Amino acid sequence: MKTVIIKYNAGNIRSVLFALERQNVEGVVTDDPAEIRAADKVIFPGVGEASTAMRYLREKGLDKVIKNLEQPTLGICLGMQLMCKHSEENNTDCLGIFDLNVRKFTSPVENLLKIPQIGWNNITGLHSKIFEHVPQNAYMYFVHSYYAELGPETTAIANYVINYSAALQKNNFYAAQFHPEKSAEHGEKLIESFLNL
Amino acid sequence: MERRKTLAELVTRIAHHINIPFTVGGGISSVEDVSVLLNAGADKVSVNSAAFRRPELLNELSLEFGSQCIVLAIDTKFEDGDWYVYLNGGRVKTEAKTADWAKEAVDRGAGEILLTSMNNDGTKQGFALDITGKLAQELPVPVIASGGAGTMQHFADVFEVAQADAALAASIFHYKEMEIQELKKYLYQRNLSIRF
Repeated sequence: MKTVIIKYNAGNIRSVLFALERQNVEGVVTDDPAEIRAADKVIFPGVGEASTAMRYLREKGLDKVIKNLEQPTLGICLGMQLMCKHSEENNTDCLGIFDLNVRKFTSPVENLLKIPQIGWNNITGLHSKIFEHVPQNAYMYFVHSYYAELGPETTAIANYVINYSAALQKNNFYAAQFHPEKSAEHGEKLIESFLNL
Repeated sequence: MERRKTLAELVTRIAHHINIPFTVGGGISSVEDVSVLLNAGADKVSVNSAAFRRPELLNELSLEFGSQCIVLAIDTKFEDGDWYVYLNGGRVKTEAKTADWAKEAVDRGAGEILLTSMNNDGTKQGFALDITGKLAQELPVPVIASGGAGTMQHFADVFEVAQADAALAASIFHYKEMEIQELKKYLYQRNLSIRF
């Protein structure tokens, strides 16, 4: 089995590689379209800023490559947001795999909501194969200022004053706003289930 | 240079082995230092004296890496009626008030504050609830309380009274004076949100 991690100008790729290694899977980091298309599993990670990341993906032709993937593909954090339709982060048109908007958290009262959300939060309403071995209300690790709204493709809900999509799925496309590679045993179960799809 | 390489290698070994986020601190004073540590696999870095001596460092780091991975550590001591910033592991006193420095640091891009009270550290008499509470309630970023933990009640106090976002303790866990799982159970029973 070949697992590819899409290389682009966004961080945390190393952590994803290490998480795969802990499951005895060697990930290949690449931005080569042919190699990405040929993989069994694709991971689209990301910590960064939406417009810069989208510009890079378009320059490399990776936007079309990602949209047309047919194998199981997992977007993480910014990766998930870029799989949505549009992001408020610098008014960026994204890949549109999920027909959802990405919005910025706003605090209803000054300092009530600390932005970005950094830390552990629980997820509910789980219904996707990648959550097969993850219990309801499991804590996952989040770091983000923007969130995807709820929609028919939502497969996990988190609450940070408002309810939002903690995970999404449409056909072969899976996505998590949290970092499974940093979410202890429940994150490992998610990655394991994804690799076994 | 050699020291930096050794630390980076340690960070990589840790990142291989653990599946939760971790922060690395100690002697960090440049964008290059942070770049090496984050690329080695650290999730966050903590800066202290170097940021106080050259506050622009916080702007540079948050611009380059995002404020979510920049923790500002402050060592503070209460004397003459206020809390003051100390540097170099508490050996050098400054004239800066802790609340002022913390606010400036957040404005410059610090994403979290790790606050250690030198008056409380090592006493096992409880956290510094007043200054921790002031920062936790006035700043728009998480505040981690450090110094003084001796009993489970102390943790409950720092979360409930001071509204700290997190609490740090070292020796009581290292020397097994308190089991982390027992503490989590205790706090859970006090209706605090706890991840087991």
